[in-house]
Amino acid sequence: MSISLGKPALRAERPLFEGADWEFSTIQRCHDAIEQVAREDMGLDVYPNQIEVISTEQMLDAYSSIGMPLFYKHWSFGKHFARNEAMYRAGMQGLAYEIVINSNPCISYIMEENTATMQALVIAHAAFGHNHFFKNNYLFQQWTDADSILDYLEFARGYIMHCEERYGEANVERLLDAAHALMNHGVHRYPRRRSLDLRREEERVRDRREHEEKIFNDLWRTLPPKEGGHHDPTMEERRRALLQLPQENILYFLEKTAPRLLPWQREILRVVRNIAQYFYPQSQTKVMNEGCATYCHYTIMNRLHQKGLLTDGSMVEFLRSHTNVVFQPDFDDPRYSGINPYALGFAMMQDIERICTQPTAEDQQWFPAIAGNGEPMAVLRDVWANFRDESFILQYLSPKLIRQFGLFHVVDDANEPHLAVAAIHDERGYRRIQKSLARQYDVAWTTPDIQVVDVNLSGDRRLILHHRALNRVLLEEKDARMVLQHLADLWGYDVLMKEIDPATEAVLKEHAATPRSGIIQADAL
Amino acid sequence: MHIVDRRLNPSGKNLANRQRFMRRAKSLIRKAVHESSASRSIKDADQAGEVSLPAQGVHEPSFHRSASGGIRDHLLPGNKEYLEGDTIPRPPGGSGGGGSEGSPDGEGQDDFRFALSQDEFVDLFLEDLELPDLAKRRIVSAEAVTWNRAGYSVTGSPANLALMRTVRNSLSRRIALRRPKTGEIQELRDEIEALEGDPHQRDRKLELEEELTRKLRRTGLIPYIDPLDVRYKRFEAHPKPVAQAVMFCLMDVSGSMTEHMKDLAKRFYVLLYIFLKRRYKNVDVVFIRHTHVAQEVDEDTFFHSPETGGTVVSTALEEMQRVIQERYSPDNWNIYAAQASDGDNTASDNEKTAALLTDMILPACQYYAYLEVGRDSEHFPPGFIRRDSDLWQTYSTIVRSGAPMAMRKVGHRRDIYPVFRELFGKKQGAEAATA
Repeated sequence: MSISLGKPALRAERPLFEGADWEFSTIQRCHDAIEQVAREDMGLDVYPNQIEVISTEQMLDAYSSIGMPLFYKHWSFGKHFARNEAMYRAGMQGLAYEIVINSNPCISYIMEENTATMQALVIAHAAFGHNHFFKNNYLFQQWTDADSILDYLEFARGYIMHCEERYGEANVERLLDAAHALMNHGVHRYPRRRSLDLRREEERVRDRREHEEKIFNDLWRTLPPKEGGHHDPTMEERRRALLQLPQENILYFLEKTAPRLLPWQREILRVVRNIAQYFYPQSQTKVMNEGCATYCHYTIMNRLHQKGLLTDGSMVEFLRSHTNVVFQPDFDDPRYSGINPYALGFAMMQDIERICTQPTAEDQQWFPAIAGNGEPMAVLRDVWANFRDESFILQYLSPKLIRQFGLFHVVDDANEPHLAVAAIHDERGYRRIQKSLARQYDVAWTTPDIQVVDVNLSGDRRLILHHRALNRVLLEEKDARMVLQHLADLWGYDVLMKEIDPATEAVLKEHAATPRSGIIQADAL
Repeated sequence: MHIVDRRLNPSGKNLANRQRFMRRAKSLIRKAVHESSASRSIKDADQAGEVSLPAQGVHEPSFHRSASGGIRDHLLPGNKEYLEGDTIPRPPGGSGGGGSEGSPDGEGQDDFRFALSQDEFVDLFLEDLELPDLAKRRIVSAEAVTWNRAGYSVTGSPANLALMRTVRNSLSRRIALRRPKTGEIQELRDEIEALEGDPHQRDRKLELEEELTRKLRRTGLIPYIDPLDVRYKRFEAHPKPVAQAVMFCLMDVSGSMTEHMKDLAKRFYVLLYIFLKRRYKNVDVVFIRHTHVAQEVDEDTFFHSPETGGTVVSTALEEMQRVIQERYSPDNWNIYAAQASDGDNTASDNEKTAALLTDMILPACQYYAYLEVGRDSEHFPPGFIRRDSDLWQTYSTIVRSGAPMAMRKVGHRRDIYPVFRELFGKKQGAEAATA
């Protein structure tokens, strides 16, 4: 594969490093050389970098607290640590070469055991690839605040520690257990409407009045009133609107509405919710994020090699590691465990580059906007900024790639005796495969749709939730009951969840839970 | 760009989480530790180890879709033969064409292996155990010293420098001797500079310069910090009363003891030895093994060297009596003994044994534990009732008389640990005394 990036490469006199050993000056040199390629040749726009060298144990540490450098304390992190450590010691699992944090400055952790080549690869991958993506992708811009995340985590840790001292470790732990169980349902999926400030409100009132004056016509007054009269929203609807129901952010709902929670408990729910929200974009951009980083490191490393900054030996080492990362086993391969986001993302980025520079007739037909425009980097930067996995695949998964991966779509209907092949990589199947693959990355399809639909605060205060069971796939019952129990403990009154078939509105299953006393310290009523 | 070296940061950042996890999973881990203790060899009974925990016990639930039912879509790479409209027989295991999809939260449901450090392992292993009735305390010199703060001294090591006190002394000395302050000198210098080149003020300038020289000289003569000022924190050693204890391990190694029984007895003593070594710094252990003669031996011989012969229990008690008289005066020592035997004794010796025990040994002892090792009881035909052994009968009468003595029977490896816990569990002393 060749990389065509404008300027001819000037051969450097000496490579950045030789052999596997590195020291801090090597890292600095690598970073500077990579930065030059990234900024000048690729036009990447990144947060300032902070590179931190860590040991194996620290990497395991970071693993268990979802990659964050500082985190509050909870037994579940200890559990993850213990498991990771045991797996690592037994040789069943390798460690990541890096962890990168979406913060400003962007912190990348690199392992001390890595060779010099690997450090260069990691810097290109994390400190430039991921970094650019974090800074420019709309989801991250919308949902995360890179400037303040570390401060917030610091606050969260301090606050929870303070609560532990004040209210007892056991109380805080049980609250966190319950909050963690609901963490996946503690995100806002749509930007909330901001409440208007006074001036904006005034403007709006004035605009409306002007509009009414403009269209005023006395004739309207003479029209006979409509049958049934003006529809007045019922008390019921107004009540639900006040509670912002239906509400899919369960933690938010509890924080604002749960009748018996104490103020510190609400604050802790808020912490868990904010952290879940911070990670929300990452779960939606796995393919793109990894694809972007992999494409960047591949391009940068090749460029460095062309410039003579990497020895041939390092290049071979890099390629070996790179091909491992982007390896996609077939579905019947024992190593298969789903579609590798690195493989898919990288292939799609490279494919876009090919479409821009060497389009075929098919590409001209499928991607008229970008085929042969000769500016792959501009297209890629635009893609990285404005798409998430689902929309990206829907838009840019080309027929050539579908053929290359041999993608096919199998439908498994529990009511049928056989699985059916719904689409394969042929003319008739391309669009359908695009669509169904994109759907697999759509969070609205992958996480169960659970909403708080009703509660009568002046009555028995029973909380009612609906799970709209997409394709009649129900919740895993044992877990659902445990989570519901946590939810009931937090809510303080009975909770009922109905699983509903969205096609027929039929109730498929019901779960109920009653709060246990003494689990969550409750406000005395 | 910054490069930060975090490798030197304190390690064990996750220790707090780990401890929380261990506390959470304590009952599970404890069970796993006890199970693994039965299968370990004697040698590494107190080594670090891996235990296997059932994943369910520390499960973190979440709402997620079940693995079966409904309509599912699978998008798979690597099509070789399928055409649109083909049907594929449902693969066994149900979830369909997807191969191993893994559970949604990425957590396997298998047990997970959990590595405990040696300390954690032994702590859990020996939790809630203690030597009963550790009463006689005596002041001894070594180890049992605490250092308490005791004012200040003029000599000491730099690490103990009392900074606040030193600076305070220096300040009062400087005030008393009127050492010029840096501010004053600076002011003078500024003033002189201001007068520079002004012919009318020459005298004034000369005067000021003289004053400056004087002040500078004074500054030179009176040091900022004088060795006189320096103070060190002083510590005094306070002897701490410690409980001295000695444990006598008496083991029967006669010919009637089968390999199985010896293994049980040795396991018991290994546990006892680990327990004493870890929990009590000042416990001496005396190993005595006996056949028809008794002998005090070292640890290695006790556990590892083979020996055989007849059985005369009283010899062991006599040997113990001799050691007590020579080295461990009952006035100063808490004396414990644990005896393991298959219960056989030369018939004529029983009376002597009982007499020795009641008259000499038990009055000197805080606690006496007797462990009778038997054949694996599963090997007996059903309906076979064993007669109590000679020693058991003899000792039973003594226990009934209210002596600080406990006795248990063990037939299988897996019983060793529970019995050990019964003998040395907390409050056991009180129960044994009242038994």
